[in-house]
Amino acid sequence: MTEETPPQVRLANEIAVQFHHRPPEQAAQAIAQHIRMFWDPRMKAALLRLAAADPNSLDPLALAATREIG
Amino acid sequence: MALLKEPDLGTPAKPGEATVSVEVDGHPVTVQEGTSVMRAAALSGIDVPKLCATDSLEAFGSCRLCLVEIDGRKGTPASCTTPVSEGMRVRTQTPRLEKLRQGVMELYISDHPLDCLTCAANGDCELQDMSGVVGLRQVRYGYEGENHLDLEKDTSNPYFDFDPSKCIACSRCVRACGEVQGTFALTIEGRGFESKVSAGAGEMFFDSECVSCGACVQACPTATLQEKSVVDLGMPNRTVLTTCAYCGVGCSFKAELRGDELVRMVPYKDGGANEGHSCVKGRFAFGYATHPDRVTTPMVRDSIDDEWREVDWDTAINRVASGFRELQDTYGQGAIGGITSSRCTNEEVYVVQKMVRAAFGNNNVDTCARVCHSPTGYGLKQTFGTSAGTQDFRSVAQADVIVVIGANPTDAHPVFASRMKRRLREGAKLVVLDPRRIDLVRSPYIEATHHLQLTPGTNVAVVNAMAHVVVTEGLVDESFVADRCEEFEEWAEFIARPENSPEAVEAITGVPAEELREAARLYATGGNAAIYYGLGVTEHSQGSTMVMGMANLAMATGNIGREGVGVNPLRGQNNVQGSCDMGSFPHELSGYRHVSDDAVREVFETLWDRPILSEPGLRIPNMFDSALDGSFRGLFVQGEDIAQSDPNIGHVHAALRAMDLVVVQDLFLNETAKFAHVFLPGTSFLEKDGTFTNAERRINRVRPVMSPKTGKDEWEVACEIARAMGYDMAYEHPREIMAEIASITPTFAGVSFEKLDKLGSVQWPCNDSAPEGTPTMHVDAFVRGKGKFVSTPFVATTERSTRKYPLLLTTGRILSQYNVGAQTRRTANNTWHAEDVLELHPHDADDRGISDGDRVSLSSRVGTTSLRAVISERMPVGVVYTTFHHPDTGANVVTTENSDWATNCPEYKVTAVQVGLARQAEVVAQ
Repeated sequence: MTEETPPQVRLANEIAVQFHHRPPEQAAQAIAQHIRMFWDPRMKAALLRLAAADPNSLDPLALAATREIG
Repeated sequence: MALLKEPDLGTPAKPGEATVSVEVDGHPVTVQEGTSVMRAAALSGIDVPKLCATDSLEAFGSCRLCLVEIDGRKGTPASCTTPVSEGMRVRTQTPRLEKLRQGVMELYISDHPLDCLTCAANGDCELQDMSGVVGLRQVRYGYEGENHLDLEKDTSNPYFDFDPSKCIACSRCVRACGEVQGTFALTIEGRGFESKVSAGAGEMFFDSECVSCGACVQACPTATLQEKSVVDLGMPNRTVLTTCAYCGVGCSFKAELRGDELVRMVPYKDGGANEGHSCVKGRFAFGYATHPDRVTTPMVRDSIDDEWREVDWDTAINRVASGFRELQDTYGQGAIGGITSSRCTNEEVYVVQKMVRAAFGNNNVDTCARVCHSPTGYGLKQTFGTSAGTQDFRSVAQADVIVVIGANPTDAHPVFASRMKRRLREGAKLVVLDPRRIDLVRSPYIEATHHLQLTPGTNVAVVNAMAHVVVTEGLVDESFVADRCEEFEEWAEFIARPENSPEAVEAITGVPAEELREAARLYATGGNAAIYYGLGVTEHSQGSTMVMGMANLAMATGNIGREGVGVNPLRGQNNVQGSCDMGSFPHELSGYRHVSDDAVREVFETLWDRPILSEPGLRIPNMFDSALDGSFRGLFVQGEDIAQSDPNIGHVHAALRAMDLVVVQDLFLNETAKFAHVFLPGTSFLEKDGTFTNAERRINRVRPVMSPKTGKDEWEVACEIARAMGYDMAYEHPREIMAEIASITPTFAGVSFEKLDKLGSVQWPCNDSAPEGTPTMHVDAFVRGKGKFVSTPFVATTERSTRKYPLLLTTGRILSQYNVGAQTRRTANNTWHAEDVLELHPHDADDRGISDGDRVSLSSRVGTTSLRAVISERMPVGVVYTTFHHPDTGANVVTTENSDWATNCPEYKVTAVQVGLARQAEVVAQ
């Protein structure tokens, strides 16, 4: 990631890496739940937009989590 | 109230039940075994004359004034050093004793200046009092012989004078420095008639090891050690009991005034947190409250490039209200928000978060705990069920093993450090996890059994390895885990994996595997083991993970739920705990209840008569990001200097510049005010009426010593903004605010100003189940029912040393300064630390041609600053350290946007940097 990485992507990826030890489905659910519990709606919306526009910028688990949120 | 003089029973209390009955001058009294005759007498209402004894210090027996007669015993033993025994009959007033005491007093007075009427301690001098008590009428030796009356006064300390001509060599100061403070800076130099108190090896106080805690001044029975403020202003004549506004220890103080002028702050013996002790900040550094830099009139300006214009309160409040409403009309309800302050009272904080949620109509409220202990909130809630430390401070006296992780209590929480050091001197074992060799590692009579000098950023690897040892070596407290916890098996399988072993992580952490194993074994098997931690735990990309890792370790070893154990955050600011408790986080209402909980929200909505959004609002760093993307346009900042204290200052400044309306409420025109459009003057702790909650969940009263210099209490200002925005919010007195808090916050249900005034303080939870509060949490069950083990894989921070930035910077605090220095820089504390410096290891300095005192540049991938180098072997090779007390240094110019994954607490403790000799041009440019 660079300084130009959108903050929502950076933050989602930082969360995701903490759940790499969990089975992917569980991890995605946990990441999604964390984002639901702690993120402002505009950040969630921005993350979903960014995920749609550039899915490769997201950790696969974070990307999976966006599907749970959406 | 009139000047409060607390009773002095002469010697400390002894623990246990009162079982020994004695008779003093015919008065029966029953006391604990080991109690001195002097204390027993005092408890029966009889004060035995004394000079070298005071109940904060162990008996010394040097002054010979407290002699008594005891039936069946020869001679006249000193009552301070003589313990009671069953059936003892004591006489404290007999002609023989009277004569002996007069003789002793004659000797003292023959070598003491007879300037009582002009002495600063006139009326507060025990020597003067005892002369009267013993009936001294003459001094047979005259005043012409050899004496100490010409000894020179030491005025080097900015807060107190040392006048050896008035010293009676009672050693109270020397003993206070050792027993109470634990610094051992003072000594008695010389023998016999040559005996005199000395700071260090004949040094001036300022040049000595003295930390200016004031314990010696407090203990001195004469004017030998005297506050300069008393010398200048005279002896105070009334007292207001209140609470310190510096660190999270939350010391209780007697604010002593002469008329309406504050003369001195004296630590209160009945203060639950400090029990009569203090540090240089709370005791002496209160002058900022009346500093000429204080702004006491509201000010506005159209642009941050304009000059400020003074206006009346109505104009300022209407500007805030109309400006915020216009922004919401244009950009949406979520375009504005607020930040609450850990330096404000619970009542002030509660009202600001209510203003945001009810009047602004969103959850965009956060607090400065975001940048310090938000991971504590997250981690302890996940594992234990609530966001608070488990013990009271007294608990450390029962600890057998003390583990200090990422905290430097002698500098940052000095009064608690003194308690801890006392226990360590009694024999408790110490384990320190810190990259730096902090003072605790080796100080007078204390040496850490293990100093795990880990590489910054590897906390989780270390705590996991400790837990690995516990699990794989059969050190788990099986019955505690079975009875009290859940999800152990999954965690145990995770933690037992080879990658978590001390040997596997040694290369990452830099901690020798065998030493880590020994430390883990000591923690698990050494008796009561307690963890105390600070921002060296939380301010990392895995801050929350580390908090959970410590909780796992404590649960696995059964070190939770009784005195002497626990997981204890040492909170940075006076009301960090309280500001979090009050619902300052964007996802939680008061009492740590999530905004998505319909039932909880309904309680607030009914009381506040406004809907509350069910989704979280923006955290502070999210506010900055959103300001830069244009969706967040207005911010109310209560008593926090985000433009200095928050990381990656360049980013913060850009965000503040991008906003249309920044409102700052503070004592001073701080760095954030440079970006503000409205400045609302705040009140100092000496003007506040309310409560603070300290790191042990203790709710203390803050009482006004003077009326608000601004003409308004801060809670009134928030109410007026809310009303101007169309939401009717009004209170007559802060006690009504606390009553509202208690009515909707289960953990505060039993709290009221009346109860606090009666009991002094209470620790939450305080409710019907615990009407006088809860010193120790999770005794029979965890708040969440079962304690939850959480797997905590180590994930290295992305902030790594590189060829370009080969060193790791970690930041912290120093004793004399506090946080961004807004308060302490405006006191004589600046004498000790007038600038931030960069500590680095001699090897790193040599490599770069840096000598001690050189001006050096400090660069990271986000910025560069310059400061003076201090070469220190306290630092490991490859790690440098600085403080962030001075805006001109701007340590946070170099810290980055990295943050804790769960809470976005900044990763202040790991920044890859390069250090080099500063070129003159760079210094001038800065």
